[in-house]
Amino acid sequence: MHTRNLRCMHDAPQDVLTDAYPEEEFWQDLLKVTGGQTTEHMARRAIRESSICRDWMRKHGVRFQPSLSGTLHLSRTNAFFMGGGKALVNAYYLSAEKLGLEIRYNAPVERIELSIRMNSGRTEFVAAHLKSGERIEAKSCVLACGGFESNRDWLREAWGQNALGEWPTDNFAIRGTRFNMGVLLKDLMAQGADLIGDPTQAHMVAIDARAPLYDGGICTRVDCVSLGIMVNRNAQRFYDEGEDFWPKRYAIWGRLVAQQPGQVGHCIIDAKAVGRFMPPVFKGAKADTLEELARQLGLSEAEFLKTVHDYNAACRVGTFDHSVLDDCHTENLTPAKTHWALPIDTAPFYGYTLKPGVTFTYLGLEVDETTAVRFGGTESPNLFAAGEIMAGNVLGKGYTAGVGMTIGTAFGRIAGVEAARSAIEYGASLEGSAA
Amino acid sequence: MSTAMLNQLIQDAAQLVDASEHEVARQMQICNACRYCEGFCAVFPAMTRRLDFAQHDVHYLANLCHNCGACLHACQYAPPHEFAVNVPRAMAQVRVKTYQDFAWPQAFAGAYKRNGLVLCLCMAFGLALFFLLAAGFKQALWHAPSLGGAGGNFYAVFPHSLMAGVFGTVFGFAALALTLGVKRFWATQVFKQYRPQSELQSARGAIKLIVNKDAFQEATQSALSLQYLGGGHGDGCHNEDERWTKLRRVFHHFTFYGFMLCFAATSVATVYHYAFVWIAPYGYASLPKWLGITGGIGLLIGPAGLFWLKTKRHPLHGDAAQNAMDYGFIALLFSVSLTGLALMLWRDSSAMAFLLCIHLGCVMALFMTIPYGKMAHGFYRCAALLKFAIEKRQPNNLNLSAD
Repeated sequence: MHTRNLRCMHDAPQDVLTDAYPEEEFWQDLLKVTGGQTTEHMARRAIRESSICRDWMRKHGVRFQPSLSGTLHLSRTNAFFMGGGKALVNAYYLSAEKLGLEIRYNAPVERIELSIRMNSGRTEFVAAHLKSGERIEAKSCVLACGGFESNRDWLREAWGQNALGEWPTDNFAIRGTRFNMGVLLKDLMAQGADLIGDPTQAHMVAIDARAPLYDGGICTRVDCVSLGIMVNRNAQRFYDEGEDFWPKRYAIWGRLVAQQPGQVGHCIIDAKAVGRFMPPVFKGAKADTLEELARQLGLSEAEFLKTVHDYNAACRVGTFDHSVLDDCHTENLTPAKTHWALPIDTAPFYGYTLKPGVTFTYLGLEVDETTAVRFGGTESPNLFAAGEIMAGNVLGKGYTAGVGMTIGTAFGRIAGVEAARSAIEYGASLEGSAA
Repeated sequence: MSTAMLNQLIQDAAQLVDASEHEVARQMQICNACRYCEGFCAVFPAMTRRLDFAQHDVHYLANLCHNCGACLHACQYAPPHEFAVNVPRAMAQVRVKTYQDFAWPQAFAGAYKRNGLVLCLCMAFGLALFFLLAAGFKQALWHAPSLGGAGGNFYAVFPHSLMAGVFGTVFGFAALALTLGVKRFWATQVFKQYRPQSELQSARGAIKLIVNKDAFQEATQSALSLQYLGGGHGDGCHNEDERWTKLRRVFHHFTFYGFMLCFAATSVATVYHYAFVWIAPYGYASLPKWLGITGGIGLLIGPAGLFWLKTKRHPLHGDAAQNAMDYGFIALLFSVSLTGLALMLWRDSSAMAFLLCIHLGCVMALFMTIPYGKMAHGFYRCAALLKFAIEKRQPNNLNLSAD
């Protein structure tokens, strides 16, 4: 729902997409961000599908717009849909209604009924059990549900306690709906479905600490990390803020902050950065001196001043240019800031307190290219999975903007086609064997 | 520093932002951090040129908003989300406030709050009654055709000079009041917006901006085509739900162009009367008649359609407190057209004078409510569109896209 674009392969400029973004480049980008924790044939399938799915999206009422202001760097790789994810979902639902589909609202599914087929031993879908007690039988089924990020207990269980005795996930905000409890993922796990991914891996962003516990969406992010420094509760820096372009790095900071004491990070900028980044939804702390800023942020003044001083002294300022990996960097500083390193010396100073915000978790059902759910290595003939519940097949860790929608759209379409095929073929074979 | 600018600065400091303006500023802060809706209309691109939303920015954005509903239905922060973002409603609430704040004369500003359907219709009825009494007093009410000889002579009921004088004066006042109101609105916009820290632009610079031909053309086109009821993709805007519809735009076109054709009919007839001494009534093949009939039909279809759509409108759209004003305006436009066409059809009957009085009552009620009613939206909207067209041709001081 909070999504806004999908990453698309294309070999030549296409309506809202500039230049070209060939399969290999897309794959290499994905390989880099996931650190190899991806499944190549699944990833390539999604990438290829991404080059042809937009006409289909348009046919079902989705409209695209040129890259949003502040996102021009994405105009080559990412297609933005007008109005974002809710508009997209509205369009799909209207289109589905027009096709005569019945849509049940407020009808959460609690359990999937499976059975082992006699002759093949394959696990097949039989019926979905609704929370209301209703049982819906079908010839095939697509599980299109999210991760388990809204399930506090599960998050706690996955992350455990840190060395300080804290339960880090208690300080996580969930950027999307509060309803992604992972009910069906847990149900399928219990029934022996094959899993993929690490339960602590997720798309996780450092967001404003004042963000609501659920559904804060995109507007709670703070985009000035690469323009300043990030310090933890002890006023210490902990990672290279200028490692790479922000769009390529924003999704690592949630995890980085999660690993800090108290799960907080303070992003510090000075007046030079104002107007150079997307305006955050909440105003930051603002002070005319660094001492005052430290007080406002609840940091030790002495530690904070030392950190800023050390950083400022280490800055080797060349030609600042936020649009390239410029030559402003630090020397003899750990951790280094490798680009866009300008001293923090111009009042007023600003500070934004950040906490981890989980977009979605990566633990999911292991599927094959048809998205068929597997049980003990054998795929189900009629149970498929799409969306975040299977995104872990492509994303083992890391993220690159818009790839979640690529996976969702590509495998959503595949799952739909396969489920229909299965309903026809497998349903027919069932009838045949019954006769 | 010129006196005008000094006064502006003093006014800036003195102006207190009220709750509805504060609400727009709050929502814009959220939208500016999200920007998913940028492609829908002009409001969001205008928003992205700003980091803070001062009162004049809020006034500008509010009048740029066409209440199409696209951003509301797309919004992930719309109610029941705790951020409770409803841009069309927040904008509508400020919009009516700008009409009041800039109203000329200022003493009449309160009229916007008291404008309503019942009031408009009562006024039309009351004025019609007044005309009826006047005509009755002249004993012309049921005898007009015979007095006219050829039949259907309105001037036997009321002399041309009397009607032209009275209606011309009231209409002239309406046009003047709205023009002066918009002028006051414009004055708060032009000077402030182009006053970057580095260079203070002179009043002359601002005037130069106004006459930029491209900008003027673009704004005119946006207004005449109702571009921003198209949703950015041309599929239309919202009415009762998340489906797109072109009907709102179509019915508004019927209304606006119908009104303009009627206006043209009257103008042509005035020229005929005074320049050529061709005295009404004119034949069915004449230009005033042709314009009037076409316009009149448009002015029946348009308001009826808008009324119908409005009754079905999604409850979260716009500001329900203004419904009465909107309905009043729509109802008056419809009655003017209906009674005008009836008058034309039964001009030769004995009911002519009666119909004439009713028609004049409706027209007078419309003219009298124009400066302090829904009609204001067109004037302020055009000004906002012009500013948008000017502004987008200015270099953007922000450099957010280099991240």
